Formats: sequence, structure tokens, C-alpha cells
Amino acid sequence: MKEVDVNELQQLINSFANKDVYIHLETTNGSYATHYNEQFFNASAFLRNAKIQYEHGKVVGESPHRVGLKMEHGWVYAQGITHYELDEHGRLLMAGLNYEGKLAIALQISETPFSY
Amino acid sequence: MTLEQQRHILVVFPHPDDEAFSSAGLIRLYRNMGVPVTYACLTLGEMGRNLGNPPFATRESLPEIRRKELEEACKAMGIEDLRMMGFRDKTIEFEDNEKMVQLVRNLIDECNPSLIITFLPGYAVHPDHDATGRAVVEAVRRMDRNARPTVYGVGFANNTIAEKGEPDVVIDIMSVKEDKLKALQAHASQTAWMIEENQKRIDEGQPMSDSWFHYEKFYTINVDE
Repeated sequence: MKEVDVNELQQLINSFANKDVYIHLETTNGSYATHYNEQFFNASAFLRNAKIQYEHGKVVGESPHRVGLKMEHGWVYAQGITHYELDEHGRLLMAGLNYEGKLAIALQISETPFSY
Repeated sequence: MTLEQQRHILVVFPHPDDEAFSSAGLIRLYRNMGVPVTYACLTLGEMGRNLGNPPFATRESLPEIRRKELEEACKAMGIEDLRMMGFRDKTIEFEDNEKMVQLVRNLIDECNPSLIITFLPGYAVHPDHDATGRAVVEAVRRMDRNARPTVYGVGFANNTIAEKGEPDVVIDIMSVKEDKLKALQAHASQTAWMIEENQKRIDEGQPMSDSWFHYEKFYTINVDE
């Protein structure tokens, strides 16, 4: 993955529009967050291989970026995206890596399902 | 404390590296005595958060990296029977409970272990850890009393010692600490930063506490409690 180049990432997001695609969307603080800080309220969300279509998508802002996908009946969005790559399987992997190199958010788009 | 002879040891943990942190020394000591060890690792730690910045992995490439690290760590510990069970990280507590108990039961039937090492349910911090310990405890609880293996549980929640007292099993692993270090180093995607930090502490004359490289501590679990 490399740091977001807005023009290039925008073109990649466009290339998946109006197709059936599988989405991986994840936010996380890690399972140890409350172990290290008992005042920390640990909430996260995980969704893998939901099949959607979006009519258009956008990457916005300075890094960390926001990415939003507009669907016929709703939205998918992710805040905190810093890195991306089109992997060897043609999947668009976007990630938000914090200052310690830990994943804080992932948004991934693929025309074929992600593994289990 | 001298090590009791064992017939076969079954290790059940959910993530590659759980075994290295908690039990690599004990495992290596028993392997040096010729005791067979089977390690059932339930997931590949697919949800590991450390991808680096700049990144060395993606969410999708991490499992394969961790599989190789696990195999390397097993070499350092002398584990020849590694089973990767194919579950997904952070989903163990959501699996069907009965299915997980049966999975452990099948491993027990096959290996006939005299000792099982797993997590202490309720005191293992990560939901996968607690769920794994619960499945092991329930599988053993259902066995005839005289056929049950001993179960060692790893507990490290902040309230463990206050509620459970000090661990009753304390193993001196000084003689194999280099092997434990190698096992931890093998899990580089998880431990590189930690080992780097420790090197810094050694340089500053404050090496990592004895907690990892001198003793390994376990609670003998009473499955009827």
C-alpha cells in the first residue's frame, strides 16, 4: 500500500461504480484497548463480503481522507483513510494506518468475494 | 518446580503468538524431554492491527504472513504437530458453542493428552481467548473424571491475581529462554516493535522484566467449578 494519491484513488473508485461489488468495512481499536486503559470505551464494527452497488464514490480531504460511496438506497463511508493499493487480484484495498502503524479502519472493494 | 512427566500435550489457542508469549518455554522444555505436543491454532490472526507505517502488509496479505511466522515459531519450540483450524480472528465467541466443544473433544480423542494448555476463561482479556478456554473446559468437564487431562489456563486480565490469587503452576524457563526469544521473534509482524523496545531497554540497562523470560505461570483449572 502507498499513501493516498487523490487523483489515482478517485479513478480506481470510479472503476468499481455501477457493478456488483463485495465490500469489507472495518473499524477497530484492538481487543486490548480496555485492558490497557480501563476508561476506554471499546467499540468497533466489522462487515465482510456484503454485496453492494454504488452509483458513484468520492475520496475527499487532506490525509487522513474520507471515502464515501453513494448507493441507490443509502451510503457507505469511511473516515481516516491514509493508504491504498490495487492488489494482485484487482481488489481495491484502502486502509487508515495510525501514527504507530496500526490499522484503524479498512474499506476494501472487490468484484469477487474476499476469503472467509 | 520439576516438570511432571506427560504422555502428550495439547495446546489450544486462537491466535498465532498466543503460544509464544504464554507457553513457549514450557513447550520447549517438554519437547526436550521427548513429550509429543499438538498445537491447535484456531485462527491466523487475520485481524492483527499492526500493518506498519509505511505498511509491510495489507488486511488481505496478513494471514499468509502470520501462517509462515507460526510455522517458524513452531520450529523454535520444537512443535511438529501444528493444526491450523481455519477460523477467523475475533469470531470464536460467535461460533456455535457446541461446535467448538466438539472440536476440542475430537482433538482430545485423537491425541489422548495428559495436559492441555489454553486460556483461563474470564481472565484472558480477548474475547477469542475466553471463548477458546470455555470450549476446552467444557469438553474436559464432560469426560469421565478419571480420564480427564490436567488443564493449565493462562490468565492475565488486570483483576486475575486479585480474584484468583497467584498462579499455582510456576515454571522456570531460564534454560530455554533463547528458544522462547526465537519463537517470539518468529512472530515478527506482532513482536518486532516490542523486541526493538526491549533492545532499547537493555541498552539503557533496564531489560524486559522476568515475566516473559524467567517464568511461565499457569492456573490449574478445576473444570467442575
